[in-house]
Amino acid sequence: MSPQPQAAVGAPLTRVDGRLKVTGKATYAAEHDIEGVVHAVIVDSTIGRGRITGIDTRAALAQPGVIKVISHLNAPRLVYRGNPESIDPPGNKQLRIFQDDKVLFHGQPVAVVVATTLETAQHAASLVKVRYDATKSSTDMASAPAGEPVNYARGDADKAFASAAVRLDVTYQQPRAHHNAMEPHATIARWDGDKLTLWDKTQWPVGTQKDVAAQFGIPNDSVRIIAPFVGGGFGSAIRAWPHIATAAIAARETGRPVKLVLSRKQMYFGTGYRPAYEYRVRLGSDRRGRVSAMVQHLKSETSTYENFTEGVLHAGQMVYNAPNVRQDYRTVPLDVNTPVWMRGPGFATAAFAVESAMDELAHKLGIDPIELRLRNEPEEDPSNGLPFSTRRLRECLATGAREFGWSRRNPKPRSTRDGDWLIGTGMAIGIMDVPRMPAQARVRLDADGTALVEAATSDMGPGTYTSQAQVAADALGLTMRNVTFRLGDSTMPPTPPHGGSMTMAMVGSAVQDGCDTVRKQAIKLAVEDERSPLYGADAGNVVVRGGRLHVKDNPARGETYGQLLTRNNRTHLEVLGSYTPGETRFSMYSYSVTFAEVAVDARLGLVRVRRMLGVYDAGRIISPKLADSQALGGQVGGIGAALLEHTVTDHRDGRIVNADLANYMVPVNADIPDLRAIFLDGGDDRKADPIGVKGLGEVVHIGVAPAIANAVFHATGRRVRELPITVEALL
Amino acid sequence: MSTELTESAVPPPTEHSAAPSRRTFIATTTAVGGAVVAGGLMTGPAALAAETGAAEAPPSSRVSLTVNGKRHALTVDNRTSLLDLLREHLDLPGSKKGCNAGACGACTVLVDGRRVNSCLTLAVRLEGAEVTTVEGLADGDGLHPLQQAFIEQDAFQCGYCTPGQIMSGVGCIQEGHTGSADEIREWMSGNICRCGCYVKIVRAVEQTAHGK
Amino acid sequence: MYPFTFTKVSDTAEALNAGHRGGRYIAGGTTLVDLMRETVERPETLVDISALPLRGVTVTERGGLRIGALVRMAEAAAHAKVRTTYPVISEALELSASAQLRNMATIGGNIMQRTRCTYFRDVTAGCNKREPGSGCAARDGFNRTHAILGTSDACVATHPSDVAVAFAALQATVHVVGPDGARSIPFADFLLRPGSTPEREQALQKGELITAVEIPAFPRPLKSGYLKVRDRQSYEFALTSAAVALHVRGGVIREAKVAAGGVGTVPWKLPAVEKHLIGERPSQALWAEAAKHAADGARPLEHNRFKVELLKRTVERQLRIVGGTK
Repeated sequence: MSPQPQAAVGAPLTRVDGRLKVTGKATYAAEHDIEGVVHAVIVDSTIGRGRITGIDTRAALAQPGVIKVISHLNAPRLVYRGNPESIDPPGNKQLRIFQDDKVLFHGQPVAVVVATTLETAQHAASLVKVRYDATKSSTDMASAPAGEPVNYARGDADKAFASAAVRLDVTYQQPRAHHNAMEPHATIARWDGDKLTLWDKTQWPVGTQKDVAAQFGIPNDSVRIIAPFVGGGFGSAIRAWPHIATAAIAARETGRPVKLVLSRKQMYFGTGYRPAYEYRVRLGSDRRGRVSAMVQHLKSETSTYENFTEGVLHAGQMVYNAPNVRQDYRTVPLDVNTPVWMRGPGFATAAFAVESAMDELAHKLGIDPIELRLRNEPEEDPSNGLPFSTRRLRECLATGAREFGWSRRNPKPRSTRDGDWLIGTGMAIGIMDVPRMPAQARVRLDADGTALVEAATSDMGPGTYTSQAQVAADALGLTMRNVTFRLGDSTMPPTPPHGGSMTMAMVGSAVQDGCDTVRKQAIKLAVEDERSPLYGADAGNVVVRGGRLHVKDNPARGETYGQLLTRNNRTHLEVLGSYTPGETRFSMYSYSVTFAEVAVDARLGLVRVRRMLGVYDAGRIISPKLADSQALGGQVGGIGAALLEHTVTDHRDGRIVNADLANYMVPVNADIPDLRAIFLDGGDDRKADPIGVKGLGEVVHIGVAPAIANAVFHATGRRVRELPITVEALL
Repeated sequence: MSTELTESAVPPPTEHSAAPSRRTFIATTTAVGGAVVAGGLMTGPAALAAETGAAEAPPSSRVSLTVNGKRHALTVDNRTSLLDLLREHLDLPGSKKGCNAGACGACTVLVDGRRVNSCLTLAVRLEGAEVTTVEGLADGDGLHPLQQAFIEQDAFQCGYCTPGQIMSGVGCIQEGHTGSADEIREWMSGNICRCGCYVKIVRAVEQTAHGK
Repeated sequence: MYPFTFTKVSDTAEALNAGHRGGRYIAGGTTLVDLMRETVERPETLVDISALPLRGVTVTERGGLRIGALVRMAEAAAHAKVRTTYPVISEALELSASAQLRNMATIGGNIMQRTRCTYFRDVTAGCNKREPGSGCAARDGFNRTHAILGTSDACVATHPSDVAVAFAALQATVHVVGPDGARSIPFADFLLRPGSTPEREQALQKGELITAVEIPAFPRPLKSGYLKVRDRQSYEFALTSAAVALHVRGGVIREAKVAAGGVGTVPWKLPAVEKHLIGERPSQALWAEAAKHAADGARPLEHNRFKVELLKRTVERQLRIVGGTK
């Protein structure tokens, strides 16, 4: 813990990049002004599987302004040497763009058109005629064979289930869902000799850098990624999707900087998605609600060329203290593009199944859903016996119940009516693990008393620019005005992916480390400098406030950074801060409880959320105003997942039929009532990392959908086990 | 209260990238008697035509319009949307392309005082029109009250839908559809925010409409 | 988007001349530009008609209302006469699209808008409407939002307009002008069911131009309203909708105008429901009984079976909302 006074951290500051964003001056990927840029548009496969037998580019090339059409027929062969630091599914089997005639899924890029104007490139792309030898594609998880399972077991779950007094055996279906961040994926590629610069929408500049370098077989430092602003991601920008290499190929082949922006439609097959799941749960308990057995069978979709799996098993292993648990998790390879993490990856999926099942069990037993959870609350992590770093679920439940007015709830389903509307309330728990990866940050304190802190991280919306500056300001003893945090450039110190709720904790810890070191260097300089008023003072007793170093109990004795550095002819102090996760002996998770009240039109089957409350045990909250926005945003995403979102594939040829924002429904303003977030006070988790942050972006989304589904059950008496919950299920 | 990030915080392009020009294939705009005139928007350098053996340029038209108070006389490809004109040709990328199909509202601008989707507006049709984008909303250094309210309420996260939200909010307030939170919700529903900032967008519009 | 030439006309004669030569009229452009970008529409010439004097809303001699073809949706919805006389029109308009789109799209363009069927919008899919003879991918594809009424083997696409449902209910008239002069088309005849020629959507001759939509006068008081049922609260096309107008005098329903949207290949007038209402006294039982006929003749597809029941309930609900429960 820093001895520094905490002024910025914990203060409800507005965003430091707010002015840029509200004036249209924040520069997103496609908006960098690159001299001589030309436009590229991808041609997508119109079959679901097969081979390309010919490509007629004559009509496209005849368009004035068309520079080149590139396909497997004339594209350079890339190296694809593999990137050992990649977080892609293992095996280096990523889709190899324009390397052969195979079509692996509907919408796969088969050519790219480069032209001087966007209008011409788009039109010419529509004129490229591709001939195929199509074979039947397989995209339906229900009818395709699954692979070998990943297994987990403790105790004898099948036996315990068979002998349980109360048994539940239910299967939940969750659809494929797309991130649909508002900014389309976009890349501007420019080669300067052997050096490649990519202005790209990415949640991980150094990850994209290394992936692209591996694809082209060039040194990592020959690739530079620039991404100062990311218009939402939710996971979709965490991998280097094929369009990035496509832009780089097009730039290399034409000798010009190339801008490539995916259309909204192309984002449905040109980037990843949350895979569809089937999740069967068998719960056995005694009559007092002690769960004795949990048997879970999971099945999810993946592509034929990569086996995508995610952290979908934790929740079913460690949220409840069941002595006997068995899980098997299979993926089903289909003729689709590869899924990817999407907000609350795996954990949100698991929460819908496990938390719905617990609600069903509560109803079956006649026990209040909160009470049922309390009766199964473990003292240590039942999956590995480790103590929890922090786990304040009981407090979340109690706080939420009080603030939401849970005690006023009539437990009987379909018991509350308001005109045409049936009213119901529900709750669910969310958990998200605290992944830990190394991070670095460069800290430079200048003699003018300002600091520049840099790390190659991203800000897709949570407020990285602001919250990292808050950490730095306090650790350096500067005001926010004198601290600038920069990000989004692969030449900066490396960080983990901007995802998995890691940025605040890991990058923040590196920032604090670097700032602490700089501050200590300055203090050392002062106490050893005869000309300093601090000469001879105990370094451990010197603090910095407002850029002025002084003895803690004697503010009059001190001087500013500026005075100190200038006198010592130092233009600046600079260090590389770092965070390196050590071995841990703790089970580390963020926790949430979401409460929802819904109204269901008794005759028309419409579901509308009336109010929602989330209570969070996410560790220390660095930037409360921004954290509140992030939490409410997670709830909104959960409302979408519960009631609206569903990517639909036509299994006849693998075509996605609702690949646009008029047909893939996400919540609009009118869908969202007043929402509320409560962060448990004093949540610092120093066992998790030096700044006590567990992570927030995921856990605020996890458990929202089951809270709504449970509320729908309470309102109507009808249990819907398939998302999204639409009128069909409730008529 | 906090310090603001400036454009200089954005990493600069690598060394050799010189003067800004997303207008390489548009003739440079030059001020003529107070008006800004651009010629030969679509024809492009002769070298390109030679390289591709191209025939004639796609149909284009001349159009004069005012954007954020500045007059432009341009020749545009008939297919160019107002959104692409702003983003690709006039160096005004503040208006965002989210769906390019009228289904998200990120491209919202004011045309002759009315909020519209610039992605579905053909630039060639805007003869004599007055366009206001998010770049033209602030009065010098003074933010429009709604811009200020968006910052205070933290009515955005990633910021990509924000210009459209703000322009739509300006329209919503002008139209008088701010009688209640529910009315604002409905009349702001043409602007999708995937980060889910709706609660605060409503508060920002309320704050501005009611001068709170 | 395919290249096209562009011309802006300043009077009707000029427009008709351009239209006769094959030019495509563009008003608000919200459907046309979108479909041109998808290459579903490939006009060679666009004729901008926005300068034509078709912007008025006037009361007709017989006491009806004439809404100019170029009146924007937002203007029509806000117009005092429309709001007071035919709330069903205002409501249908304001439940459509978004505020931005309603500031662009016009009344004439709205009733000309084309289906939202995703296979129609995807030029790589079979669609008899877009490309006659290429088959209907929707019939055996994903058809949750498709029609259950007025379908044919060739096409099951839904007409997407809301205000057209109100116009159908109110038996509006479409005024058009063409090379051979002006004529009027009853709304029921204006939009065509697909039959074996789904590519023909309106009863317009080449070069004809809509000048106005006229709503007939009804005995007063006329209560009316529009209900739209959809997954999300706003900014979405209807799963089902109902336009209802009732004239009740002496406690008895004298006039009943009912049509449904989201369910038909054209806005679906419900004469069987209307007939059931005429001469009866408003009651919950009457609404339920009348609404039973709302889906008569429905032929649901794999994913839109729910629309049959939902349509009945939508109509029943809207009868109650407009007619009360006495």
